[in-house]
Amino acid sequence: METIRLNIIDRTGTEHQVEAPTGMNMNLMEVCKSVELPVEGTCGGMALCASCQVYIETKNFPLSRNDAEQALLDEAWYVEDNSRLGCQIQITAELDGLTVRLAPVDEAIDIDEW
Amino acid sequence: MIQTDIIIIGAGPVGLFTVFEAGLLKLRCHLIDALPQAGGQCAEIYPKKPIYDIPAYPEILAGDLVDNLLKQIEPFNPGFTLGEPAVDIKETDDNQFIVTTKQGTQHQAPVVAIAGGLGVFVPRKPPIPELKKFEDKGVAYIIKDPEKYRDQRVVISGGGDSALDWAIYLADGIASEVTLVHRSESFRAHPDSVQKVIDQSTLGNIKLITNAEVKQLHGEKNLKGVEVCQKDGFGSLIETDHWLPLFGLTPKLGPIANWGLDIEKNAIKVNNALDYATNREGIYAIGDVNTYPGKLKLILCGFHEATVMVQSAFKRIYPDKKNVLKYTTVNGVKGFE
Repeated sequence: METIRLNIIDRTGTEHQVEAPTGMNMNLMEVCKSVELPVEGTCGGMALCASCQVYIETKNFPLSRNDAEQALLDEAWYVEDNSRLGCQIQITAELDGLTVRLAPVDEAIDIDEW
Repeated sequence: MIQTDIIIIGAGPVGLFTVFEAGLLKLRCHLIDALPQAGGQCAEIYPKKPIYDIPAYPEILAGDLVDNLLKQIEPFNPGFTLGEPAVDIKETDDNQFIVTTKQGTQHQAPVVAIAGGLGVFVPRKPPIPELKKFEDKGVAYIIKDPEKYRDQRVVISGGGDSALDWAIYLADGIASEVTLVHRSESFRAHPDSVQKVIDQSTLGNIKLITNAEVKQLHGEKNLKGVEVCQKDGFGSLIETDHWLPLFGLTPKLGPIANWGLDIEKNAIKVNNALDYATNREGIYAIGDVNTYPGKLKLILCGFHEATVMVQSAFKRIYPDKKNVLKYTTVNGVKGFE
């Protein structure tokens, strides 16, 4: 197992240098939660909620989305060409030095309006 | 007023299993849930997804887990208030709780078990300028009464089951005109529904616009039209009476947060060493909605919490009665008449 370094820019623009292990079967959403960055990961990582959406800021990083991820991003908000779901990005050695930015969170209606 | 022994808020897997464990102690339960069906996240978000960590089930679909739980609790004949979020709790002078839903249904019991998971599932709002201005004036996130759309022009956005099902329903002799706008060419909804929409679109009953999204709303007091932008940048104005953005649901802890319970990071703090009691005597929190040192948000942990919790609930309801743990294998499951 090795440790890689990630740069995660939060929603206030602050950059966090985060270390993540490659051999723990973790994904980027879980890494964000483990260092208490404001990522909900509501659906637990099933590509069903988009609360872990990130923008890949590193240039020329391959952006291939899987089918479930693409289907969800087709319905999510604030989606850009460099959007990915953090829960669908496995932590591997190739990610060392990657910079990502957390996407804005969805607004939901109040219970009063429900 | 509905009277019971334990009011369970949240009809997800943990809430449902609580009925079983309470039933073994001869305690009756009534479940309240904001969603129109039992099963919580398992039924609403991932019914067709497999779960692998339910003891003795190498693999089970979330929807099947819910069906099995409903079957398991059948002998205990629980009450259900579905489609109504619990919004208010009051304590009476004789230590009973009255839980009221948004629709005004009242429930009374000496014990409340909050098994609310991540909270109430509420519709997501699209980030569009002037959205608020048109809420209830043409824009709605939930369809409460389809008759409201009779002979009206309707634009629906979204690619999931809710968007497609409503497009099909409203196009079948209710709305005068139905347009479905989706950002992609593929849909997340059930393949049957997708085929129906395509068929209805060929017949001219649904106007289908893909690779496009609603970017702007027009109108003075009431909604008069929506601006639909194609991916290639081409925009067009569609005149309509209603726009229904149906983009799925997201959980919010909601009114429970204001019930005087200790909350930490969007979860209710409980005493895990004893009985999952909250800081308010008689109110317990079990499953994903609670937090304590070492908490794991797993269905199987919620089942354990429910089992331990009902023992404490029994003592609160019958302080003078002795309760001995009985094994179902020895005694069977004796339901309520």
